[in-house]
Amino acid sequence: MSFLIDSSIMVTSQVLFFGFGWLFFMRKLFKDYEVRQYVVQVIFSVTFAFSCTMFELIIFEILGVLNSSSRYFHWKLNLCVILLILVFMVPFYIGYFVVSNIRLLHRQKLLFACVLWLTFMYFFWKLGDPFPILSPKHGILSIEQLISRVGVIGVTLMALLSGFGAVNCPYTYMSYFLRNVTDADILALERRLLQTMDMIISKKKRIAVAHRTMFQRGEVHNKPTGFWGMIKSVTTSVAGSENLSLIQQEVDALEELSRQLFLETADLHATKERIEYSKTFQGKYFNFLGYFFSIYCVWKIFMATINIVFDRVGKTDPVTRGIEITVNYLGIQFDVKFWSQHISFILVGIIIVTSIRGLLITLTKFFYAISSSKSSNVIVLLLAQIMGMYFVSSVLLIRMSMPLEYRTIITEVLGELQFNFYHRWFDVIFLVSALSSILFLYLAHKQAPEKHMAL
Amino acid sequence: MAALDRVKVLVLGDSGVGKSSLVHLLCHNQVLGNPSWTVGCSVDVRIHDYKEGTPEEKTYYIELWDVGGSVGSATSVKSTRAVFYNSLNGIILVHDLTNKKSSQNLYRWSLEALNRDVAPTGVLVTNGDYDREQFADNQIPLLVIGTKLDQIPETKRNEVLTRTAFLAEDFNAEEINLDCTNPRYLAAGSSNAVKLSRFFDKVIEKRYFLRDGNQIPGFSERKRFGGGTVKSLHYD
Repeated sequence: MSFLIDSSIMVTSQVLFFGFGWLFFMRKLFKDYEVRQYVVQVIFSVTFAFSCTMFELIIFEILGVLNSSSRYFHWKLNLCVILLILVFMVPFYIGYFVVSNIRLLHRQKLLFACVLWLTFMYFFWKLGDPFPILSPKHGILSIEQLISRVGVIGVTLMALLSGFGAVNCPYTYMSYFLRNVTDADILALERRLLQTMDMIISKKKRIAVAHRTMFQRGEVHNKPTGFWGMIKSVTTSVAGSENLSLIQQEVDALEELSRQLFLETADLHATKERIEYSKTFQGKYFNFLGYFFSIYCVWKIFMATINIVFDRVGKTDPVTRGIEITVNYLGIQFDVKFWSQHISFILVGIIIVTSIRGLLITLTKFFYAISSSKSSNVIVLLLAQIMGMYFVSSVLLIRMSMPLEYRTIITEVLGELQFNFYHRWFDVIFLVSALSSILFLYLAHKQAPEKHMAL
Repeated sequence: MAALDRVKVLVLGDSGVGKSSLVHLLCHNQVLGNPSWTVGCSVDVRIHDYKEGTPEEKTYYIELWDVGGSVGSATSVKSTRAVFYNSLNGIILVHDLTNKKSSQNLYRWSLEALNRDVAPTGVLVTNGDYDREQFADNQIPLLVIGTKLDQIPETKRNEVLTRTAFLAEDFNAEEINLDCTNPRYLAAGSSNAVKLSRFFDKVIEKRYFLRDGNQIPGFSERKRFGGGTVKSLHYD
C-alpha cells in the first residue's frame, strides 16, 4: 500500500518536472523558432524530468521521506530509463535529424540513422577501455558498464564547465578587468567601418557596370571555358576580365576587414555597456562578489593540485568534517544526527539547484549562439544528451558531499564503480580547464588593448 | 551612367530567412551557391533603370545593405547595428514562409530600423509596441518578401499566403513571395519583377524627386527618455 502511495508521489513529481522542461523549451530555447517536430520537445522534457527525479530521490534519501525499499526500486527504475534514453533514444534521433538535413540521403533516412547510431555505440564502448573504471565481473549490458562510460563523459563535461566557470566568473564580475572605452573610440571605429563599406560599394559599382557593359556587348562569359578557351586566353587576355578579378579580390579583402571592424565595434559597445552597469548598485554588488569568487577559485585550483600531487581522495565529506571540527575543536555541543541531516540537505540542495540552473543558462546561451533554423533540432537533442550525462555524473560526484549513511543508496544501485577514479579524473580535468582558461583569458585581454591602440 | 548619388535600401529579417541569397539574386540574377553566416553587414549593388521604357529613363545604383543578426539581441549589439541605419531610403523586410516567428519579428525589425533613422542626437526609446498609425504615416517605402516558398506544400499554400497578405497590409507595403534558389520567380515581365521595379522606382522618387522637405523619415511621435546618453553620430 505504501508502495502505491510512494509511486504516485514519484509519478506526480515526474509529471511536474516534465511540464517544467516543456515550458523551458518553449519559452526560452525555442522562442525564435517554430516547433515542427514535437518528438524533439518530448525527448528534451523527458530527459529533464528523469534527471531531476534522480536528484529528488537523493533529497528524499537524506530527509528519509518515503519507504526505503520503494526508494530503491525507483532508483533502479529511474536509472534504467535514463540510460535507455541517453544511450539509445537520443543518439538515434540525433542521427535521424542529421540525416534528414542532408538532401541526398532522404530516401533511406532510417537506414542511415541506424548506421550512425551503431557508429556512436562503437565509439561509446571503446571509451571504456583506457579507463580503470570497473571490475571485470559484470556482463556486457549491465547498468554498471553503461553508467561508467556515461559517467566518464559527464564528469569530463562537468570539470570543463566548472573550470572555465570558476575562472570566467570573477573575470566578468570584477570591474578591475574592464578596459577603458570612450565614446570617441567608438565613433572613430564606426567611422572606419562606414568608410570601408563605402569603398566596398564603389568597387562593387564598378564591377556591376563592367558586367552590364559586357552583357550588353554580348560577351556573356568572361571566364575561359574549354580547351580552346584556355589556349586563347593565354595569347589574348580580355583586359576587362583581368581587371574585374583584381577588383573582386580587393572587394573580398575589404569585406573581411569590414567584418573584423564590425566585431570590434560590437565588442566596444559591449564593454561600454558593462562599464555603465558597473557603476550601478547591482554592478557594485557583483564586483564585490567577483573578489569573493576569485579567492574561491584560487582555493579550488590549489585543492585540486594538492589532491593530484599527494594522491589524496577525501574520505570524509565536508558536512561531517565541519561537524567534527566544531565539536572537537570549538567545543560546541549539539545533536550531531539531527544537524548533520539538515545541513547535508541544505548543502546538497544548494549544489543541485545551482548546478541545474547553471547548466540550463549555459545551454541556452550556447544554443542561441550556434543554432540556425536548419540545425535547431539537432542542437537541442545534443543539448539534451549533454544535460542527461551531466546530471548522471553529478549524482556520482555528489556522493562525496554526503555523510556515509546517506551514500548507501547510491552505492547500492551503482554497484562497484570506482568512485575514487571519478573524483581524481574530475580534479585533473578541472585543473587543466582552469589553467587553460586563465591562459586564454590572459591572451585575449592582452590582445584587445593592442588592437585598440592601433586605431 | 548616372552620377554617384546614394540610394540606400536596408534588407532586414531574422537569421536564416535567406537575406543573403535574396540580395545575391537581386543584384546578380544568379543563385547564391554557398550561403554562409552574415557577420555584420554585407552590401551589394543593383543597377536599376528608373522608369524603364519611358523617355525619362535613367540608371541608378541601388545599394542593398544586408544587416545580419537577431531581433532579440543585447542592447549593445543593437547599438552596433544602428550605425548601418543612417539615412536610409527604403527597407525590404524578409521573412521565412515556413517559420511564423520570423514574420512576427518583422514588426520589431521595422521599429528598430525606423526608430534609429531620426535625428542623431539623443537616445530614443519607445515601448516597442507596434502601432498601425505609425506605419501609415511612414515616409520610407517598405517591401515585404517571403522566402522558401518551395518548401510549403500545395495544400497549405493558400493559408500561408492569406497570412502574409495581412502582414503586408499592416506595413502598408507590397509583398512578394518567392524561392531564392530559383531565378524564375523574378523573371522579367512577371508580376514579382513588376512589383520589385515599382518599389525601387518609389524609393528613387522619394529620394530625389520629392525634395520639398520630405527627407524626414519615420514616425511623427517619438518618446524620449530624458537624461539618456547623448550619442552624436555623424551623417555621411
